Amino acid sequence: MSGAKVVLRGRKVVGGVAEGEALVTRDPISGWGGVDPMRGTIIETRHELRGQTFKDKVLVFPGAKGSSGWSVAFHTARLAGTAPRALVFNEMTTKVALGAVVMRVPAVTDLDRDPLDVIETGDWVKVDADAGTVEVTKARR
Amino acid sequence: MLTLTSDEQAMLDGSQGKAKQKAMELLVRYAEALGAERFVDTTNVAGVPGQSSVFLERHYRDARSGGTGRDAIFSLFDLDSDEVVAVPPFATSSCHLQGGYDPENWQLLGATAEAAQAMRVSETYAVEHDVRILKTCTPYLAGNVPKFGEHCAWMESSAVVYCNSVLGARTNTEGRESTSAAMLTGKIPDFGLHRDEHRRGTHLIEVDVAIESLMDWGMLGYFVGGAVDEGIPVLTGGFGRPDLVRHKHFGAAAASSGAVEMYHLVGVTPEAASESAAFGGRSSVERLRYGPEERRRTYADLNANARDSNVDYVMLGCPHAALEQIEEACRLLEGRKISANCRLWIFTSRAVKQMADRAGYTRIVRDAGGHVLTDTCSAIGRALPPGTKVAALDSAKQVHYLPAIMGIEAWFGSTADCIDAALTARWRGELR
Repeated sequence: MSGAKVVLRGRKVVGGVAEGEALVTRDPISGWGGVDPMRGTIIETRHELRGQTFKDKVLVFPGAKGSSGWSVAFHTARLAGTAPRALVFNEMTTKVALGAVVMRVPAVTDLDRDPLDVIETGDWVKVDADAGTVEVTKARR
Repeated sequence: MLTLTSDEQAMLDGSQGKAKQKAMELLVRYAEALGAERFVDTTNVAGVPGQSSVFLERHYRDARSGGTGRDAIFSLFDLDSDEVVAVPPFATSSCHLQGGYDPENWQLLGATAEAAQAMRVSETYAVEHDVRILKTCTPYLAGNVPKFGEHCAWMESSAVVYCNSVLGARTNTEGRESTSAAMLTGKIPDFGLHRDEHRRGTHLIEVDVAIESLMDWGMLGYFVGGAVDEGIPVLTGGFGRPDLVRHKHFGAAAASSGAVEMYHLVGVTPEAASESAAFGGRSSVERLRYGPEERRRTYADLNANARDSNVDYVMLGCPHAALEQIEEACRLLEGRKISANCRLWIFTSRAVKQMADRAGYTRIVRDAGGHVLTDTCSAIGRALPPGTKVAALDSAKQVHYLPAIMGIEAWFGSTADCIDAALTARWRGELR
């Protein structure tokens, strides 16, 4: 598997192209109260990524949950320089849509394979949101 | 494909001014991200327009965008515009949710003079833009009660779930930027809960244990949110007709452990005259049971973070206390004194605080050594009494957030358990 490439196809949420190391979770992410935008970390008590940083990562997650402050938390992360480089997610909601828009990072959803099954933390991921593609280079393990 | 009406196109073209143009640009980006095909007209917007903070003030002051004018924060943050535009008063009926600090007690809440000043400036800005300053997460307890079927654009997950489920009005969980843009334009994407087909139940929850107290409703909500995530739960079984306060705590909890924006209580809520009405003909995706075992597990989950039974802080009023909740606290407190080792803060809206003042409740709380405070709460305001290590809370929502945000322990129990903790500085709550 190491170094193998997989391409997923989906729908653009916010346009643009970016690449980086994947940070993957099966837990939905809370914005306000779930992340610390100044440090770019997950702080939710029982979240599997608690304490980990999403700064400069390609964040791969099921979707958003919790407070309506989702967009403000990630908008603030953008201003503080701690935002992820791109978003890949499954469940479309107003929280994640608005958050992706004001974060101004490439974002895709509705992929032809579940990104949570294909992408693992540490893989290298290139998101071309305009083309609707996610190119995954598997990490050497 | 997003289609615009002629008035939406006119706003986007700039013929109704720069501010509406920037607002419409943001709304179009948002609608396209959602995959929405049109906008709906909204007549009731609840948000936090132009709310300043020390971080935003400093960020825009230092940024090359030169964002220091009166309209800077609204333009650059709320509208996510790259330039500062002149912002006229808002044409759409708008109110301000919680935020900032109690204007009379900001020092008690630990705010710096700089933060208090930022709050005063943003409140004045909102007033000048015709925003009603309700300063609460419970606008429906402070004079903003949407009508059945009304298209709203609300922030605040606990208010959103109340608006949809209890009132039968329609809103998604909007954010600050979308509500601010809606205040200017009267538009919000036609998505999700604005549409009939997305208001139907997705999960059936059979409640197999008596649900009576406020604590019961909070636990049930917390369980349901964790079980259905962003689904729409339909509940049948062992509950009577919950009052407003029980709906408030149930919905707030479900919107915290999960992403519940609407629920149906069969025979109770307006779009659930029957189980089949609640599902709208759809057969339920999943059936779940809430019985004594689930109740015990939920109680344990809510108390999982607490170890030290020495309590130094009790917070009530999440979501903001209704008058009857302050009355109940007074019944438990009257003639007694809070322990010297514990603090008691009760948070509510300015409107309810006025009533509590007139009724003498604020004085009873103060005589016992506590405070009735407005505008915020410990989680939103990141405001704790100095040295707080262990809190006691009667809100599943606050228990979900406060330990994560402030790094403290927190016990969950009934209002009476919490007042007992305030009087004794000991946690003696248990599941009864």
